[in-house]
Amino acid sequence: MGLIGDTVDSIKSIQTRQLLSQAVSLGMIVTSALIIWKALMCVTGSESPVVVVLSGSMEPGFKRGDILFLHMSNAPIRAGEIVVFNVDGREIPIVHRVIKVHERQDTGEVDVLTKGDNNNGDDRLLYAQGQQWLHRHHIMGRAVGFLPYVGWVTIIMTEKPIIKYILIGALGLLVITSKD
Amino acid sequence: MHSFGYRLNGLLTFSVTILAVMCAMASLSDNLNTPSPSAEIQVTNINRFQKQPRGNDEVSLTMNISADLQTLFTWNTKQLFVFVAAEYKTPKNSLNQVSLWDAIIPSKEHAKFWIQTSNKYRFIDQGNNLRGKEFNLTLHWHAMPKTGKMFADKIVLTGYSFPEEYR
Repeated sequence: MGLIGDTVDSIKSIQTRQLLSQAVSLGMIVTSALIIWKALMCVTGSESPVVVVLSGSMEPGFKRGDILFLHMSNAPIRAGEIVVFNVDGREIPIVHRVIKVHERQDTGEVDVLTKGDNNNGDDRLLYAQGQQWLHRHHIMGRAVGFLPYVGWVTIIMTEKPIIKYILIGALGLLVITSKD
Repeated sequence: MHSFGYRLNGLLTFSVTILAVMCAMASLSDNLNTPSPSAEIQVTNINRFQKQPRGNDEVSLTMNISADLQTLFTWNTKQLFVFVAAEYKTPKNSLNQVSLWDAIIPSKEHAKFWIQTSNKYRFIDQGNNLRGKEFNLTLHWHAMPKTGKMFADKIVLTGYSFPEEYR
């Protein structure tokens, strides 16, 4: 009861200047998070330096809810590497392993076939209609490291958006009622 | 300053920081390991060697694969993904890698093994260049950790070649 009473009291006593300075500090936090994200994108050379594993196609190595750290370099793509790629027309990137590589002598371009460790067949069914091979421009990065379980936060927030709203609401309340 | 909210916030921040430090240290401890793996592959039989109607060569072969990969396991290793790939060069392609067989080794006890198997995945060339061609068989492994950086390496075995004629 004391906590709720304090909260109601502090909402009543908000002054304009205090509100503005709190809004500015909130903006600073958001923009510094954005700066860190963009810097990570530059350092790793990949459009999304961290991805969450969404399916069980790479079990038991990567389970749903793990996060992967990606890095993209100009080094050639070789069999065995775990790559993240986008298929034309699908927005969700796929994380699978390269099982076949054919690299052209003259142009250096490469045909790549991938397969999930836990799948029986290769990924030709996932590629676009008529597409037999992946090319370099489809590949967003190679997985170089991983952390287990941390991605569940993202999965829960995507699949049950109500939790996202509750979290943001609680954070907003915390910001408004803090005395700093 | 001493309310429940502040204390919870401090506790959570501290525990997340400690967890992150532990994960980083676990990953760094993998660098202390010096592995010494060994492997041998014999091609016991070429079962089929034909040209498909589309013009591409296809091979089916049986191999004996034996390997000792026990030294690659550390306390931070969750599993080892092992695969055998054939590597060869053709006039059009500077490098071709075709994975023939793979397996997941979940623990150190399973890391010393011998297996006789035909190729799990179809070995199809881009073109019909395989007659009489020399190729390497490489045993690759990919160590997937419980947390942190993944390691991959390979052993290259040379001296294999396809027959001169289709059969």
